[in-house]
Amino acid sequence: MARKPAPAAESHSPDTLPNVSKDELLQYYRDMLLIRRFEEKAGQLYGMGLIGGFCHLYIGQEAVVVGLEAAAKEGDKRITSYRDHGHMLACGMSARGVMAELTGREGGYSKGKGGSMHMFSREKHFYGGHGIVAAQVPLGAGLAFADKYLGNDNVTFAYFGDGASNQGQVYETYNMAVLWELPVIFVIENNQYAMGTSMKRSTKSTTLFGRGEAFGIPGEQVDGMDVLAVKAAGEKAVAHCRAGKGPYILEVMTYRYRGHSMSDPAKYRTREEVQKMRDERDAIEHVRDLLLQGSHASEDDLKAIDKEIKDIVNDSAEFAKESPEPALEELWTDIYAEDLPQGSAEEVA
Amino acid sequence: MATEILMPALSPTMEEGTLAKWLKKEGDAVKSGDIIAEIETDKATMEFEAVDEGILGKILVSEGSQGVKVNTPIAVLVEEGESADDVKAPAAPAAPAEARSEAPAASAVEQVKTPQPDRSPDWPEGTKMKTMTVREALREAMSEEMERDETVFLMGEEVGEYQGAYKISQGLLDKFGPRRVVDTPISEIGFAGIGTGAALAGLRPIVEFMTFNFAMQAMDHIINSAAKTLYMSGGQMGCPIVFRGPNGAAARVAAQHSQDYAAWYASVPGLKVVMPYSAADAKGLMKQAIRDPNPVIFLENEILYGRSFEVPDLEDFTIPFGKARIARTGQDVTIISFGIGMAHALEAADKLAADGIEAEVIDLRTLRPIDYATIIDSVKKTNRCVTVEEGFPVGSIGNHLSAYIMENAFDYLDAPVINCTGKDVPMPYAANLEKHALITPAEVVEAVKKVTYR
Repeated sequence: MARKPAPAAESHSPDTLPNVSKDELLQYYRDMLLIRRFEEKAGQLYGMGLIGGFCHLYIGQEAVVVGLEAAAKEGDKRITSYRDHGHMLACGMSARGVMAELTGREGGYSKGKGGSMHMFSREKHFYGGHGIVAAQVPLGAGLAFADKYLGNDNVTFAYFGDGASNQGQVYETYNMAVLWELPVIFVIENNQYAMGTSMKRSTKSTTLFGRGEAFGIPGEQVDGMDVLAVKAAGEKAVAHCRAGKGPYILEVMTYRYRGHSMSDPAKYRTREEVQKMRDERDAIEHVRDLLLQGSHASEDDLKAIDKEIKDIVNDSAEFAKESPEPALEELWTDIYAEDLPQGSAEEVA
Repeated sequence: MATEILMPALSPTMEEGTLAKWLKKEGDAVKSGDIIAEIETDKATMEFEAVDEGILGKILVSEGSQGVKVNTPIAVLVEEGESADDVKAPAAPAAPAEARSEAPAASAVEQVKTPQPDRSPDWPEGTKMKTMTVREALREAMSEEMERDETVFLMGEEVGEYQGAYKISQGLLDKFGPRRVVDTPISEIGFAGIGTGAALAGLRPIVEFMTFNFAMQAMDHIINSAAKTLYMSGGQMGCPIVFRGPNGAAARVAAQHSQDYAAWYASVPGLKVVMPYSAADAKGLMKQAIRDPNPVIFLENEILYGRSFEVPDLEDFTIPFGKARIARTGQDVTIISFGIGMAHALEAADKLAADGIEAEVIDLRTLRPIDYATIIDSVKKTNRCVTVEEGFPVGSIGNHLSAYIMENAFDYLDAPVINCTGKDVPMPYAANLEKHALITPAEVVEAVKKVTYR
């Protein structure tokens, strides 16, 4: 089942685009670029003191979530950890709402009460945004439990990292998910560092998806710097889940260019290692090359996209600066729900 | 257009830092992602990357400068052909808007929200009553709610085929089938998380812990995932879930299986906490808990499971949260308790009555929200108060009530409030030691005599 990630240059010939149309490829380029530019802007606003606390950037990992969103349909759910800005943008949540939450303002997705690590959208079926490493794994299986209980064909993408893979609750969840044939895709975003601890310093396992075998969960390793490879693997996993065959594990090999959080000097790896990934394996550059070499887009086309993205990001930053801080009364709201939570009744009906 | 490069905040607590080293010099071209300087924060030496492209026109803060405030301009980035000298005087640094105003100062105890007192009877006068055990009442409540609402399901260890470790769920598997009565492996954190996820997605799970001692394995999901998500989502993600099971000491099962968690859960905003004593309360409050759109901790008691009480014979019957029950009226002292503590409180009240002391006994029934109004009204009448609970003495419910009464009825008190609690020791196994570790009616009698100066 294991598949070694192929070097990007060899994975697709530029003229023929397997498994994807030109428009789709342009869309992935746009989506990945939005995440990168958004995160760069977030880093900048953090530096200006406009964003506080913990802020974990997704730069470098863009192809993972964009590739998997390409395999999802309306109704599918997603849940992830605190490195969540990319997931929100990829599932269609607004850059303004996310950025304003980062600055702790009224216009943010959680009215400023959640921050970088805690945002949600019922409309886009995004269930957070969780700050405790691996807690989102059983929660994600629970979302899938609800879909199976209700008898629909939705699947849940439960994202977690190589670090979370060493938490016990992941394995309790694997066991129950396969026992109850829950339609959940466990997406291990293996960026090779759990904060500052490299994978080889935290486990003797050579793969993480392989741990699913002990429970009877199929899985595979995917090149997470290649959005088309991620998409193809995602489609396979989704088909497995939708067919009622239970959970599936995707170990997506990726890399984060920035530190774990804003205050991480990243002394546990060399500058050269990061630079090498950026130069040789960058997911956005890879798609850019595919588009240009196959003459699917011109430099001017891509420049226009760059401009379009820059405008969205700048607009979100302006909105996030100008949106007012939440009213002090907000301190005391949303502690208890008065009625059935919004959305539940329709979903259940 | 020239842009200023500002001293960045590189950690959650950084206010100023040292500009340790410039890695680019004036005139150098700078690309987005290039490291332009090294900055020492309160935590570490960080590499500072450029965000914008351009030419480093001018360095404003030389390397080695200490105590450089966040947001101070440290350099100017210019475009080709532009001079740094053209740049206007640095504008005031961007900073988050000031807080609109200070929150009003108030005592923390005062700010605990008080529900409006509800003085209506729990059921209409003349209602036909039936005798049932607490166990039967809980089972009937779950069964009725599962019939009423298709999204309600029960999950936990041995709830199905085994018929419940304490037989609370006996017969439910036969009635509702394995889709709605779900046996789990022994994986508390796992199934508490799955249950919470299912609730976020719109189902109404009842998660049974074989005992609440095992719920400590699942504490993260109860507190961090279930109780806080509504707030963290700005009101979008409700979590209608009931965590239930026996709580507190059983008999001779020693320290790891004998603990009252009432005060732990009652301290957490976002949770509702119920701890019934009688079968009628167990039934009415369980039905209410299942219908509540919030996470509810439902603390049962193994010793009470087999006790029989009168329960109203009604088709549908719920008891609202935050409404205490005055189990016995009196004018000499107020005894406040809940759960199995009520058994000790009522036994003590009988003994006190024989000595001519008439105690008013209040059963709180819910610990979040608490019916403060009923407590204060009673203390204003009796001027004396004793609290009774099985839990540890430090940080107990009684401690909190003492503080609340002191703030709100200090002038009415004729004696200090006494908290009767379990002893400050892990539960021992030996029969004689266990008996001494638990609260007893005799201790309640002694406390009442102290506050009434008898």
